[in-house]
Amino acid sequence: MSGSRLDPWVDSYAERAHGMAASEIRALFAVASRPEVVSLAGGMPFVQALNLDIVADCIHRLISQRGAQALQYGSGQGDVTLREQILDVMEPVGVSAHPDDIVVTTGSQMALDLVTRVFCDPGDVVLVEAPSYVGALGVFRAYQCDVEHVAMDDEGLIPSALEDAITRVRASGRKVKMIYTIPSFHNPAGVTQGGARRAQNLQIAQRAGILVLEDDPYGLLGFEGETPRAMRADDPDGVIYLGSFSKTIASGLRVGWAVAPHGVREKLVLAAESAVLCPSNFSQLTVSEYLATQPWREQIKVFRELYRERRDALLDSMAAVMPTGTSWTTPAGGFYSWVTLPGGLDATAMLPRALAALVAYVPGTGFYVDGQGRQNLRLSYCYPEPDRIREGVRRLASVVEAELDLTATFGTARGLHESAGTGVPAPDIR
Amino acid sequence: MLAGGLSPEREVSLRSGRRVAEALRTCDASIEVTEVDVDGALIDRISAHPPACIIPLLHGAAGEDGALRDVLQALGLPFIGSSAAAARLAFDKPITKTIIEKAGIATPLAIALPHSTFRELGATGVLDAVVSSLGLPIIVKPTKGGSALGAAVVREAAELPAAMVGAFAYSDVTLMERLVTGTEIAVSVYESHGVAISLPPVEIVPPHGIYDYNARYTAGLTEFFIPARLSQAVLDECAAVALLAHRSLGLRDWSRTDLIVDTGGTPWFLEVNAAPGMTETSLFPQSLTAAGISLGELTGQLVRTAIERGA
Repeated sequence: MSGSRLDPWVDSYAERAHGMAASEIRALFAVASRPEVVSLAGGMPFVQALNLDIVADCIHRLISQRGAQALQYGSGQGDVTLREQILDVMEPVGVSAHPDDIVVTTGSQMALDLVTRVFCDPGDVVLVEAPSYVGALGVFRAYQCDVEHVAMDDEGLIPSALEDAITRVRASGRKVKMIYTIPSFHNPAGVTQGGARRAQNLQIAQRAGILVLEDDPYGLLGFEGETPRAMRADDPDGVIYLGSFSKTIASGLRVGWAVAPHGVREKLVLAAESAVLCPSNFSQLTVSEYLATQPWREQIKVFRELYRERRDALLDSMAAVMPTGTSWTTPAGGFYSWVTLPGGLDATAMLPRALAALVAYVPGTGFYVDGQGRQNLRLSYCYPEPDRIREGVRRLASVVEAELDLTATFGTARGLHESAGTGVPAPDIR
Repeated sequence: MLAGGLSPEREVSLRSGRRVAEALRTCDASIEVTEVDVDGALIDRISAHPPACIIPLLHGAAGEDGALRDVLQALGLPFIGSSAAAARLAFDKPITKTIIEKAGIATPLAIALPHSTFRELGATGVLDAVVSSLGLPIIVKPTKGGSALGAAVVREAAELPAAMVGAFAYSDVTLMERLVTGTEIAVSVYESHGVAISLPPVEIVPPHGIYDYNARYTAGLTEFFIPARLSQAVLDECAAVALLAHRSLGLRDWSRTDLIVDTGGTPWFLEVNAAPGMTETSLFPQSLTAAGISLGELTGQLVRTAIERGA
């Protein structure tokens, strides 16, 4: 006799869907969207800094002048004018290409999906930083890749660790298909690979004959010094570059792109057509109109200054109030700082206490596939105003103090309870 | 319909609220349902446009601990469900267990302690005493809250400190309860014209034997049997326990009692919910369906009863 499982298709799901379960941690993030909570969890760009009247004008002009085109299907590879404009956008990071080398996608997340789809069979190994972007980990898992983390330091991916990982994986008889890296203003680690470090890592990849997947959504959002040169700029044949307008214009438009060697690009276009036929013409032409008529470089400066001020608010307030023994990275751009808790505290076990104190963060375990990161958490400073960030850090400091007190009592900082499923908030959680 | 709030069970509550609101709209066009989150604007909002009745489907503190119901009573607004005083008793697991025990119902031996006790007396000594009194395995859970958040089964004494850390993240007081193994059962109760009626007991068979958050809210993971695969005599006993719990705590309109039936056929009371979950995977709606009762019709009937009853 069998009972009801409340889902008649439970035995029909593909193997890759088996990890898709409700998660206690993810459910807790529902509270983070409430205005009382200072959310240092989500990585939502502060789109309010855009002049929305100007965006409205762009869209109005687009529809009144090219509405029939904007509302029609378009090319699977993306609008050719936008692809030409993307070349200008990539100029500061040193990527030069032909418009035909570019594939426009629904956010760079889709480009990640397409690249993985065309390269990875189940069991293929993808090397990623430790920690790594949770959205990429989700894609690699969905295609049943084996993900191996490679250690980082304050300058990002460590070359010797990368070499060791390649040797170790190959010795185990497995195939390394890609090295996935976020060299500039890393999510979640907040660190940046210097020029020499990039060159070393690139040489290792070249020697090993392994493709590099360079994810660069934050490259133009540096707070000081020169814009970091993309790895793709020095190896067009060995690097697929992923770019995005989510942080430089608006994430809601969902426009990103991949720059790939021509053979790869052809496959990406075919894969894109099978997934979505074509990226949204409306979104692409909105971006194109904006780039053509607005001082977009100036707007990026506005974003940079805004995020720099918020980073300073975060770092200064952490220095002032976080308990001794807490450490964190100092991002030179982007959205995130990576915090290491004192006394072996468990950021996952501590999260309910933080939410009760009306502050939210993302526990570090969400950025690993192998259970590492319990002592870490990611703080985002991109969305809350500086005063709210300071208040959030004050609340977090009290939570850490209380957790240290609990740890002192029980002699352990680890919670017993484990949650399956993703331990990070949905993208629209503040 | 009040749902959401700031509790860790916010998402569950929003899903419960949406489900009941839709059921009500579908079956009774004469009732206009508005779904409202609980925040600082709530009192102004309901004072400006007082509803005929409120359905509080908040889970976790504030919603289930009686506090919000006290406010509704103070505002003179009729609402579905238990009074503030009864909800307060049902929300506090140690107090509930004391009342249930006095009513003659078996409930597993348990000890509830605040963090301060461990800090002052030393955790090692206190935990040793707990293990020696309760034995192993033990289930550790926050004394307040639901959806198994912060709960963990401890089979070795060495795991106990970590389980305590997990539970104290949710509540200032932690309940350590002797784990009774057997068949996990939920019995829902509703009232019709003031008479409490039990619904068919649901047997819960979670994956790996643990009915945790994932098992509760991922459709397909847990298997349910309605009625439970127990003898009629035991099923009747479970229903009697749920009805007695409902009455002993002074609950009203609806409730759900969670039990374990041991191998000897004895139902052990674990806890009772004054605001039972109403999501797609929740137990109360499953029991209603098995009994051929529409969730919308029942809610509509309870709304009318609450309006007649007044504040």
